[in-house]
Amino acid sequence: MTATTANTQSDSMMALKKERRRAIAFGVFFLLVAAAILVLFVINTDNEMMSTLKLNPTTRNKPIHVPDLVLPTQLTLIVLFIITGAMGAYQLGKGFKNAATALGVVFLIFIAAFLVWATRNKAINLLGILSFTVAAATPIAFAGLSGVICERSGVINIAIEGQMLVGAMIAVLVASVTDSQWLGLGVAIISGAVLGALLAVLAIRFLVDQIIAGVAINIFGLGITSFISQRYMQPNPELNTGGVFPKIAIPLLSKIPVIGPIFFNQNAIVYILFATVIVMHFMLWYTRWGLRTQAVGEHPRAADTLGINVFRIRYINVIIGGMIASIGGAYLTIGSVGRFDENITAGKGFIGLAAMIFGQWTPLGTYGASLIFGFSDALQAKLQILGKVQVPIPSEWLLILPYLITIIVLAGVVGRTVPPAADGQPYVKE
Amino acid sequence: MDESSVSAGASESSNVRSKKKSSNLTSALVVPLLAVFTALVIGALLIAFTDPAVLTAWKNFFGDPMGALTATWNSIAVAYGALLSGSLGLVEIWKALGVWLHGGGTEALSVALVPLAESLTTSVPFIFAGLAVALGFQGGLFNIGVEGQLLVGALSSVYVGYHFPGLPIYVHLPMAIMAGFIGGAIWGAIPGLLKAYTGGHEVITTIMMNWIIISISAWLLKVGGPMSRGELPITPEVLPSAQIPQLFSTQGNRFHGGFFLAIVVAILVYWLLYKSIKGFEIRMLGANFKAAVYSGINVKHLWVFVMALSGALAGLAGTVQALAVDRWVGMGFSGGMGFDSIALALLGRSHPLGVVLAALLFGTLRNGATRMQSVARIPIDIITIVQALVIVFIAAPEIIRWLYRLRQPEGEETPVFSTNWGS
Repeated sequence: MTATTANTQSDSMMALKKERRRAIAFGVFFLLVAAAILVLFVINTDNEMMSTLKLNPTTRNKPIHVPDLVLPTQLTLIVLFIITGAMGAYQLGKGFKNAATALGVVFLIFIAAFLVWATRNKAINLLGILSFTVAAATPIAFAGLSGVICERSGVINIAIEGQMLVGAMIAVLVASVTDSQWLGLGVAIISGAVLGALLAVLAIRFLVDQIIAGVAINIFGLGITSFISQRYMQPNPELNTGGVFPKIAIPLLSKIPVIGPIFFNQNAIVYILFATVIVMHFMLWYTRWGLRTQAVGEHPRAADTLGINVFRIRYINVIIGGMIASIGGAYLTIGSVGRFDENITAGKGFIGLAAMIFGQWTPLGTYGASLIFGFSDALQAKLQILGKVQVPIPSEWLLILPYLITIIVLAGVVGRTVPPAADGQPYVKE
Repeated sequence: MDESSVSAGASESSNVRSKKKSSNLTSALVVPLLAVFTALVIGALLIAFTDPAVLTAWKNFFGDPMGALTATWNSIAVAYGALLSGSLGLVEIWKALGVWLHGGGTEALSVALVPLAESLTTSVPFIFAGLAVALGFQGGLFNIGVEGQLLVGALSSVYVGYHFPGLPIYVHLPMAIMAGFIGGAIWGAIPGLLKAYTGGHEVITTIMMNWIIISISAWLLKVGGPMSRGELPITPEVLPSAQIPQLFSTQGNRFHGGFFLAIVVAILVYWLLYKSIKGFEIRMLGANFKAAVYSGINVKHLWVFVMALSGALAGLAGTVQALAVDRWVGMGFSGGMGFDSIALALLGRSHPLGVVLAALLFGTLRNGATRMQSVARIPIDIITIVQALVIVFIAAPEIIRWLYRLRQPEGEETPVFSTNWGS
């Protein structure tokens, strides 16, 4: 569609009109968020209230001490309200160049406002929330990166959820048997490669509709993990105690105030994620493989004419994509809770795809978007500590937040960002 | 499909056409049947080779090769035997028939018919759910939100079913069914609206809608929640005036009037798709998006319409199950039915008749698998695996043709959805 519409003038006029309408919708959405901050939070406060956000970890790893953040609740909320409102007005008037980033900022402001309001007259450890954010963002980021590497080569990987589930189960199973989380992770990655290869064969060799093939793998993943979990792991609980990767405080870096405890006191899989983000970013834009991948994803016919083996690139990328997704799955078990439960992914594979779209098919953007999802996850997990009086919202409603953000991202960002031109289209050699 | 390409003389052309029809019929029947068969064979291998007894026997393969094979066979026979007797019970029916013919009572027969009746009962929501996905497929939309839509349908119909006492059944029951229909329609229409007016892909939005309703229902049903039954995390029981009647009084036979409603709805969907202008537009949209746009069809309205109707059908799936069989809703109500429906819509080639047949097959499998789980201790999820394999084989018929050395029929097509993230 995108390639053909720009031909005639009326079409481009229509595209412009559509673009304008979307810009207005964004502005209105920003204003609505501002209004929500006013109605939900500001009017429930008075100017006596203080929100204390602690910035020093309670763990043994002590960085340089910094004073806690003590904010006047009402004033802070009003400032956040004004910022959001101003962003809405600017969007309606001139319009942000990068609307996706603006949307991300608005999400962040809203979550921050929620946090400040919930801690009125109380104190909460902000570092705890933010370091949980980084942890919760990890599986989503792996899912998103898997999407990036597949879609950059023109194959839609809807199967991430299934690949994660299988990875999560295999990891804990192997780690339980061998007492080694590293072996668990290794075998999980192999399982991801196998499922990635399956998707690749179905999509590339058999030209199966990529979404159907992906959904089939998801259903297979759900079935096989539930089957094995019930057949082996429930009768033998010792098969479901894989342990967890220990947290490693990186010397020096973890001593940086605020940043250190958030990013550099995590477990090995989180550091693998950091490395993957950076390596993938570098590889996609500065290596032969990356440039070829992009060529294949944008215009496979042209790439083929230039002597690039389209099928080979797609096979390699989809298999690597499966491997990356399965690391994200392994994180859910041996990276955080240490045990497998049926359907433990809970839609994280799909949320990852939303993060990918939000991040405009770039590794860094995808990671940034994952952090927003992680933040909303962390908020829902940590706010319950404050109790019913502070947060008179049922926790089930807060659980909806990441799914809702996913829908808003899909609705708001798709069409404003440009996916690889050949995304989702099988390539047939002439 | 491209019959226009046949440009020979009249007699020859009709000859070609009839030949083609028969080959289409074979491919419409043979490939799905072989797909199911192959998936079941792989399922059997999975059952056997996750069985500790079989694995031990195979370790000793060179000492006792027959022993290994016998153990494998036994493992499969016990499992699939339980599946068959639990879903059809033909042997028992045959025996009971003999008793009856020799002057015995009908009691044994009515007991023997329970598994078969239960299979039909299990099929009823599958028919609705399969029609929901099939309708989407026909219009080029992939609704994987059936799981959530049927939960919304069940919750809204059950709410109406227990909340309005004192109504006569001919008012209350239709009201409850309508509530389920409308609830599903609303939940389905939201992704339709999102796709039409923002370009959000329905595959992701429907999945997100599933998770949203799961969270909402957890809140509704938790002890002390708005729809909980006292100290239990389930809804109150539906009043008798809103229950779909079960037709037999035999213990365990839950066959109900919803079956006939399902058949009527399947016929209506057939009429809509193949005999109405709207249906023609829907199929055109699914077959060729561009042609639909250039012919002046209002694609956006049609997307919303298809998703709403698809959601409504899914809502009915939850409604009949809740009003006729369970009579209340708890967490885990949908139990994977949404994924089943994708497999059976593909298996039935998105045609209402095919969907009904596929639903009967899957209802039978699901019901038998329940027995298999209790008798042979095989987790019911084996059926989910079989379904995934069926989807793969239906979507890639080349695999089946290669396995069984079948010839490639001409003009075959598979549905295509992944045209891009935007619209």
